[in-house]
Amino acid sequence: MADTADSTPQGGNRPKLALHVPEPKFRPGDQADFSDIDIGEPGLLPRTDEGTKPEDMKDHAYGLVRVLGDDNKAHGPWDPKLDPETLRTMLGHMAMVRAFDERMFRGQRQGKTSFYMKCTGEEATSVAASMALASDDMIFPSYRQQGILIARGYPLIEMINQIYSNKGDKLKGRQLPIMYSSREHSFFSISGNLATQTPQAVGWAMASAIKGDSRIAATWVGEGSTAEGDFHSACTFAAVYNAPVILNVVNNQWAISSFSGFAGAERTTFAARALGYGLAGLRVDGNDALACFAAQQWAANRARANLGPTLIESFTYRAEGHSTSDDPSGYRSAQEREEWPLGDPVMRLKNHLIAIGEWDEERQEKMDLEAAELVKKTTKEAEKNGILGHGLHHPFHTMFEDVFEELPWHLEEQAAQATRERKIKWPDHHPKDGAGK
Amino acid sequence: MSTDVKTETPAQGTEDRRINMIEAINEALDTMLARDPDVIVMGEDVGYFGGVFRCTAGLQEKHGKTRVFDTPISECGIIGVAVGMGAYGLRPVPEIQFADYIYPGLDQLISEAARLRYRSATEYIAPMTVRSPFGGGIFGGQTHSQSPESIFTHVAGLKTVIPSTPYDAKGLLISCIEDNDPVIFFEPKRIYNGPFTGFYDKPVEPWKKHKDSVVPEGYYKIPLGKARHVTQGEQITVLAYGTMVHVAEAVCADKGIEADILDLRTLVPLDIEAIEASVKKTGRCLIVHEATRTSGFGSELSALVTERCFYHLEAPVERVTGFDTPYPHSLEWAYFPGPVRIGEAIDKILKD
Repeated sequence: MADTADSTPQGGNRPKLALHVPEPKFRPGDQADFSDIDIGEPGLLPRTDEGTKPEDMKDHAYGLVRVLGDDNKAHGPWDPKLDPETLRTMLGHMAMVRAFDERMFRGQRQGKTSFYMKCTGEEATSVAASMALASDDMIFPSYRQQGILIARGYPLIEMINQIYSNKGDKLKGRQLPIMYSSREHSFFSISGNLATQTPQAVGWAMASAIKGDSRIAATWVGEGSTAEGDFHSACTFAAVYNAPVILNVVNNQWAISSFSGFAGAERTTFAARALGYGLAGLRVDGNDALACFAAQQWAANRARANLGPTLIESFTYRAEGHSTSDDPSGYRSAQEREEWPLGDPVMRLKNHLIAIGEWDEERQEKMDLEAAELVKKTTKEAEKNGILGHGLHHPFHTMFEDVFEELPWHLEEQAAQATRERKIKWPDHHPKDGAGK
Repeated sequence: MSTDVKTETPAQGTEDRRINMIEAINEALDTMLARDPDVIVMGEDVGYFGGVFRCTAGLQEKHGKTRVFDTPISECGIIGVAVGMGAYGLRPVPEIQFADYIYPGLDQLISEAARLRYRSATEYIAPMTVRSPFGGGIFGGQTHSQSPESIFTHVAGLKTVIPSTPYDAKGLLISCIEDNDPVIFFEPKRIYNGPFTGFYDKPVEPWKKHKDSVVPEGYYKIPLGKARHVTQGEQITVLAYGTMVHVAEAVCADKGIEADILDLRTLVPLDIEAIEASVKKTGRCLIVHEATRTSGFGSELSALVTERCFYHLEAPVERVTGFDTPYPHSLEWAYFPGPVRIGEAIDKILKD
């Protein structure tokens, strides 16, 4: 042993162990080919009863709930059979999200703010899913669910004020852009620390159950951050207390530059994790708005009837970079987006509406134009409140407020210091404008 | 914030009803569960069994399983669900079985509970009182003896409260539960059953012989951010909290020192006025805590006293603390900042 110690680790003639480090199938320059992904056929999976035991839902956790087929028709028992007006509303919200993302992304490039995150390709996972919930069901979002705010009618100007961190920002310029909060829209404050919202959603749902309320909670988390301990805690607590909660995992394949394999996707599906906890698990075509709606509705029915929590994996694709600070051409094949086998959620819903004779290209064009115009107009309006770094922010003293309910002596002292410093740093400041420079 | 603690009109108990700190904490929880339907008590083993230290004994039977219940062994989950419950409108009072176990819950405390009010500009708050036994002196080894309070005092948005008597424990805990900010409530477990003086080889006195075991029944509050004068004196100021209040008091009595001993009770927000007034009166300051020394809360206190009272000081500020090692099991009494270490520091300060 001693003379071979350098080349042979402990263990004599036992086989050598090898560490597996996951590697995505395609890197920049590679031809993307997703033909090995089994997406199944729309309409094949049965729609089980909402009270089905998790152990009887294996097909739903490993398969893919799909409704919209290549023929643009709705197929099978998961078709939520929404009326055309609701479908047009859904399409309108999704188109608005896309128009909003385009404009805000450009705004960041133009220097109007520090940061933005698009959800291109994932619109259905937030818009369609949240439309299946009651408007007062509580949302614990991650950072890419702007679609929920838009579907719930949150004013665009509030979103833009927040993104600009200007004096109109309800959050007083304290949060990174897109970390919205709206109690009025039952939309929880976005953290930025990943997956922390998942046990919080379970806690909210437990509270609702303790109080005999009828509202349920739903949370959204990326597939990458399911690796956080918080997510495990959330699944455990949800199962233990049968909490009226829906855990949505948006599997968009990429966590910044790390593909889903670093969250365990090479071994199993994210929906299948539900089974080990005793949660119902549904794996859904995340680019199929009807399937997203149907799955959320199923889980909401289940939760509202005290039948238990559900984990839904929305299988989708992050068509753009992680954020304005990210350039995906450095780590993945540019062709992935085009080759993604489940298409574009906005186009698929549009084509469905056209296929059932409830929509046409002309109306779509008009709608897209109106959405772009409204975003542009609202952006201009928000700019009157200022853009990041141009002086029109909240008064200095707000920096020290809300750390505690009441200002303690040490923060009073520090606030006084900030005020003294302001006079030295920015002597031209006019205190009457209430904003500071 | 007034420093004149004598003007408080504290709730009065009756001499014939004396309880220990465990019973006082139990009474505070019982009182608040009865008084406020939004109060929830949860944690590992707190439900049917009543807690490993018995602080929640009988509460589930009295208030029901959805008000007082056991949780999975997951501090991250316990604090995480408490944040969600707080956002809903409840007032959760989670127990972390030992302060040493609190670390998996730190992200939920530091990044979430402590900042929710600020980041949401008051749309959401996370009112919660995290109770946790802390400190050594019970042969708990390195995983059942720690005093991690300075981790929490360093966090913007958290309050840190530490009682040293049954009377304070009940009144402070009720204040914490009614507070709209998240509070860490560390219970010095060495003095759950009696006021330990640090003379570990002497028999332990039960709480019933101590004046502060006279605890009123029902509801009363002790405001957060107000220190308590344990003894009045002109020779030296002693700043302490938790178990070390009793140790410092015993050492001063033993040495015949007329000390101005302040039991801080709340580390954040701190009663800076009481500290300043005392140090300006005595000109000498000793800080005592059981936690490790480097970056301990004593460092903050020492800096504050130096910044604010420098020209009144007759001697350098001294800190008596635990050593910067894990809490050892067999050498517990060599580690503990007991009478010898405190006595030496007092001698040094008074010599100048």
